[in-house]
Amino acid sequence: MKFLLQMAFQSLFNRRLTTILTIFSVSLSITLLLGVERVRNGARDSFTNTISGTDLIVGSRGGTIQLLLYAVFRMGTATNNLSYESYQKIGALPDVAWTIPYSLGDSHRGFRVVGTNSEFYKRYQYQRGKSIEFASGKEPSSLFEVAIGSAVAKKLNYKTGDKLTLAHGISEVSFQNHDDKPFTITGVLAPTGTPIDRSLYISLEGIEALHVDWQDGAPPVKGEEVTAQTLEAQKIEVKQITAFLLGAKSRIQTLNLQRYINEYEDEALMAIIPGVALSELWDGISYAEDGLRVVSLFVVIVGLLGMLVSVYNSLNERRREMAILRSVGAGPKLIFGLLMLESTIITGAGIITGIVVMYLGLFITQPILAEQFGLYIPIALPGFFEWIYLGVIGVVGLLMGAVPAWRAYHNTLSDGLTIKI
Amino acid sequence: MKHDPAVRIKNLKFSYGNTPDVLSIENFEINRGEHLFLYGPSGTGKTTLLGLLAGILEAKSGSIEILGRNYATLKGTERDHFRGSHIGYIFQMFNLIPYLNVRENIILPCNISKERLKKLGSTQPESAAKEVASHLQIDDLLDKKVTTLSVGQQQRVAAARALMGSPELIIADEPTSALDSDRREIFLNLLFKEVDRTGATILFVSHDKSLAPLFSRTLSLREINTAAQKGEVL
Repeated sequence: MKFLLQMAFQSLFNRRLTTILTIFSVSLSITLLLGVERVRNGARDSFTNTISGTDLIVGSRGGTIQLLLYAVFRMGTATNNLSYESYQKIGALPDVAWTIPYSLGDSHRGFRVVGTNSEFYKRYQYQRGKSIEFASGKEPSSLFEVAIGSAVAKKLNYKTGDKLTLAHGISEVSFQNHDDKPFTITGVLAPTGTPIDRSLYISLEGIEALHVDWQDGAPPVKGEEVTAQTLEAQKIEVKQITAFLLGAKSRIQTLNLQRYINEYEDEALMAIIPGVALSELWDGISYAEDGLRVVSLFVVIVGLLGMLVSVYNSLNERRREMAILRSVGAGPKLIFGLLMLESTIITGAGIITGIVVMYLGLFITQPILAEQFGLYIPIALPGFFEWIYLGVIGVVGLLMGAVPAWRAYHNTLSDGLTIKI
Repeated sequence: MKHDPAVRIKNLKFSYGNTPDVLSIENFEINRGEHLFLYGPSGTGKTTLLGLLAGILEAKSGSIEILGRNYATLKGTERDHFRGSHIGYIFQMFNLIPYLNVRENIILPCNISKERLKKLGSTQPESAAKEVASHLQIDDLLDKKVTTLSVGQQQRVAAARALMGSPELIIADEPTSALDSDRREIFLNLLFKEVDRTGATILFVSHDKSLAPLFSRTLSLREINTAAQKGEVL
């Protein structure tokens, strides 16, 4: 056995270019499969952890996905607002630990503007317990101050101290601007890899102030504008918000609170559990990942077929070698074993190289993926399913290896000590 | 003394599938220690006879006894083992495994057959290979790649391999046909010297009659194979 193994290694070494290329193609296919699997899991994890630590998201009654989209991903719009009064009433319930209000609807050059309060900077969590941090500056403290997400700062080349004007509505090219009320940037948030990066944050009062002189959704008539200066002095009353995030004092209360909010009498409200809703949403949009997995499985099969072909192709030029082996007493079974060993070595080397390349790739791309795409892929030991994959690949490799070995077995039976070329 | 030949064939018939017999030998014997020259041009069933003697092919009827063992009583794998331990085989050319060096090629039979290894006794395979190589005057080539050898050198390495572990029967299938005439005799003399040292029997098959005088006995395959006479295919 030891001798046969040595023979197999020497035989493969003798054809080292083909051998290395074959191992390379098997290993690349395995890197791809494992990589796709890791990215898939990482994407799912990042997605479902876009927001964390929040027990409920509350908005006016409507679609679950819609609420999730506008409250978490800043996509789409709310059909209705909810009254500030209801927000305060729910926030004051004994089981509620904290709330973060959101007032949406305005934008700045395509980026959404979020009206919120200081709780947002204190309480908001993403990716399992990470908090909001400032790359520079501090949170806004007065009416016409704004903090901006990292992507906004990068794209529009803004820095702390710059002034900007907001637009009414959410389209990139806006016809109705709040030119008369410029905002000053007080801080830039650190990158989070979540939709937080793509928004601007002002106070709830700021949102109200922008629209204080608007009548029935239309901008003020000339001469009736309320100037910024007079507003600062004026005491602004917040009448409504779009949604709010809620943290319960204990997780056990979440379902009770959800029921209470869903059955809230004064107003049609809806509360969703973000983790559950995010998982549902992911399952809805992730059919592509199954396709990706199927494709990478096929690539592995193609890689192993390449091995089959390369070993099989070598058989004809090796018929003489087989005859020599038979002449010194080797039976067809030994020939079969030799070729099986060669395929096994190629498959094994391919699997090991594939794993190594996958980890190398992960080490190199992890920071880039985290920074550019907010996709955090942990560098962990292969998990249960990965071992299953590798085991199945090993078995398929053996089956593929059996094809040329079987062929050689029959060749030696028919050739005997003569070689037909 | 009991008559105990190295090879005894009786009423042997062989054909491939349902085709007419290619080989039919009533009686054929090689005595122990004999150097037999078997004249076998192509078309006389030479390849088939060698396959049968080596235990690769199975006779349709009749018996083949090698060193007193009847092949008919052995299974395929047993015949493989038998060949590995008792027969040294030399091909016409390309005798060597390209990815093993000269020494590894010579030791090969001892690695495949445990009995062949046992026959070395207390001698290590490496030193046994060195010894037989020095007898065949190729001991300076032991560490070379076989692809760098000349044809003559290759055939000597093949002879050294066939002689490793002193098998009782050496079958040589035109081993000199690729050599020029003076080298043929040198090769044969070296081979005979080694074979005589161990007392092995040698069956030398060739279509080159000029070598026949060097052997103790000469036979023509055409004379013993009655199937070839009747068929006269070529």
